[in-house]
Amino acid sequence: MTRYVIGRLLLLLPTLLGMSLLIFALVRLLPGDVVDAMLSGDTGATAASKLALRQSLGLTAPLPIQYVNLVGGVVTGHLGASLTSGEPIARVMARAMPITAELTVLAVVLSTLVGIPLGVVSAVRPNTFSDLSARIGGLIGLSVPNFWFATLALLVGSLAFHWVPPVTWIPPSQNLAGNLGQMAIPAVAISFYLMAIVMRMTRATMLEVLSLDYIRTARAKGVGGRAVLFRHALRNSLIPVVTVIGFQVGALMGGATVVEVIFGLPGIGYTLIQAIFGRDYPVIEVSALYLATVFVFINLLVDLLYGVLDPRIEQG
Amino acid sequence: MSIPRAADMSGQLRDPVVAGRLRHTISRVRRNPIGITGAVIILLTVLVAVGGPLVWRIDYATQASHRLLAPSPAHPMGTDELGRDELARVIHGASVSLQVGIVAVVIASFIGSAVGIAAGFYGGRADAILMRIIDIMFAIPVLVLAILIAGLLGPSRTNAMIAIGIVYSSAFARVVRGSTLTIMSLPHVEAARSLGASDLRIIARHLVPNLIAPLMVLVTVYLSTAILTEATLSFLGLGTQPPEPSWGGMLNSARSHMELAPWLAVFPGLAIMLVVLGFNFLGDGLRDILDPRLGEVQR
Repeated sequence: MTRYVIGRLLLLLPTLLGMSLLIFALVRLLPGDVVDAMLSGDTGATAASKLALRQSLGLTAPLPIQYVNLVGGVVTGHLGASLTSGEPIARVMARAMPITAELTVLAVVLSTLVGIPLGVVSAVRPNTFSDLSARIGGLIGLSVPNFWFATLALLVGSLAFHWVPPVTWIPPSQNLAGNLGQMAIPAVAISFYLMAIVMRMTRATMLEVLSLDYIRTARAKGVGGRAVLFRHALRNSLIPVVTVIGFQVGALMGGATVVEVIFGLPGIGYTLIQAIFGRDYPVIEVSALYLATVFVFINLLVDLLYGVLDPRIEQG
Repeated sequence: MSIPRAADMSGQLRDPVVAGRLRHTISRVRRNPIGITGAVIILLTVLVAVGGPLVWRIDYATQASHRLLAPSPAHPMGTDELGRDELARVIHGASVSLQVGIVAVVIASFIGSAVGIAAGFYGGRADAILMRIIDIMFAIPVLVLAILIAGLLGPSRTNAMIAIGIVYSSAFARVVRGSTLTIMSLPHVEAARSLGASDLRIIARHLVPNLIAPLMVLVTVYLSTAILTEATLSFLGLGTQPPEPSWGGMLNSARSHMELAPWLAVFPGLAIMLVVLGFNFLGDGLRDILDPRLGEVQR
């Protein structure tokens, strides 16, 4: 097992390198740069002053060297400073990470707590009214744009309760109730999609598992209905559900980006969007790379978990 | 040298597996209320996008009236912050959404099918290299990659379509490769192979027809996702640019006037949800119909 894990980690290296190269190439090869964005209102800017600015920002070095600098910086932790604000990127990231992490974790917890029971109910009584409404509800969950839900929540909050989201983020260590109150609606907004996916996956695998021979055997030897359902069927059904949650963490990060913008939460996604509009290269690269790396590691974790949950799966 | 004649007899239906599936399909469509509802919603949307401007004659760009008017018979969805008719803008948004969705998915399915068939059919080194690249694309969260590409190409509708198409091509490539591997191991394809049929013949006669079913499901699923992604990009200011109306962009500008004109935050979102719901219903129905294995479990 240890050897397998090490092997998988080594296999990640080329993926991580390829990913960083892709992000770097996207950011650097496309038109427009930070100097244009910084000087956009300044008609007096000459070519010489632009060049000087570029030089001082370290943008005149050959691209391969800039790429090596980026990777080196990520490995050693010397991430440099934001081109627009001058703030050290490490500090920006340290401030943004807990916000996005909390949002994502809350959304995963919410969607599993609601999605799995709904899926089980739907699978146990297939083609009844409750199944049909759960299925349709699931499809609606897949279709509600999270930014619309978030906008409506803000609208209802301000019209009915005169509630506006706090301007700054409240860390949970400082004021847990205040923090949860602030994060609840954004987390609910991005959890709908995953909730629907978890529910649909649970339903589909439960239906499949419930028709298998070993369930019939368990019933035949007199195991109670509830025990069959939870101990025999649900346990085996959850394996694909775990995988799908891992896959969907990427979608959650996208969702988190949008609600962070709407609620003014300065998480990674919010930072990324601001940096894109300002063409703040190093911040774009680091924040995109961070999101992608977390996503890759979560999927590796899910893969490993899969092997643990289902001993039939051969590793290697 | 040719493949068994029996498979060629029916003319259009070259492959016995495809022929059998089609017969099954027709009987299954009728028993699928969710799928039919989805199809109806999409048909209505297309009708609104094409015929809407002919029926509702107010121009979406003219500042025809007072600002932020509440819904009334003259303006059923009210007017926006510049006094433009919201209904006309929602109607125009339908054609924007459909156009972006369709173009993006066509881009994704072309790139994805080419890569997937090449990887699955030829295997070996081509497979290894292509799938590594796809893995790398998969490693970046979809919306993050779309935001990167669209944001850096420069915010516009065309760039949003390109970004969405590229981003989703990796999903198409994976599914097409997987299906290709399955199809290639089917007995009748192996038989054709052993009889000496050329690569091109196997791809055209056996592979592609059998790929249509999984591709159709993918296309309906990703149409809705592509429409949702475009709305998200436009909402973030990275897609369709004002003054051209798009549902995502309209929702974004509605945020500044929400307390005075809440209706502006309602109708475009409702439109997005309805269209995406239509495609999801249709996709759900199609999966029941086209994937016999899943269908048996669900019935």
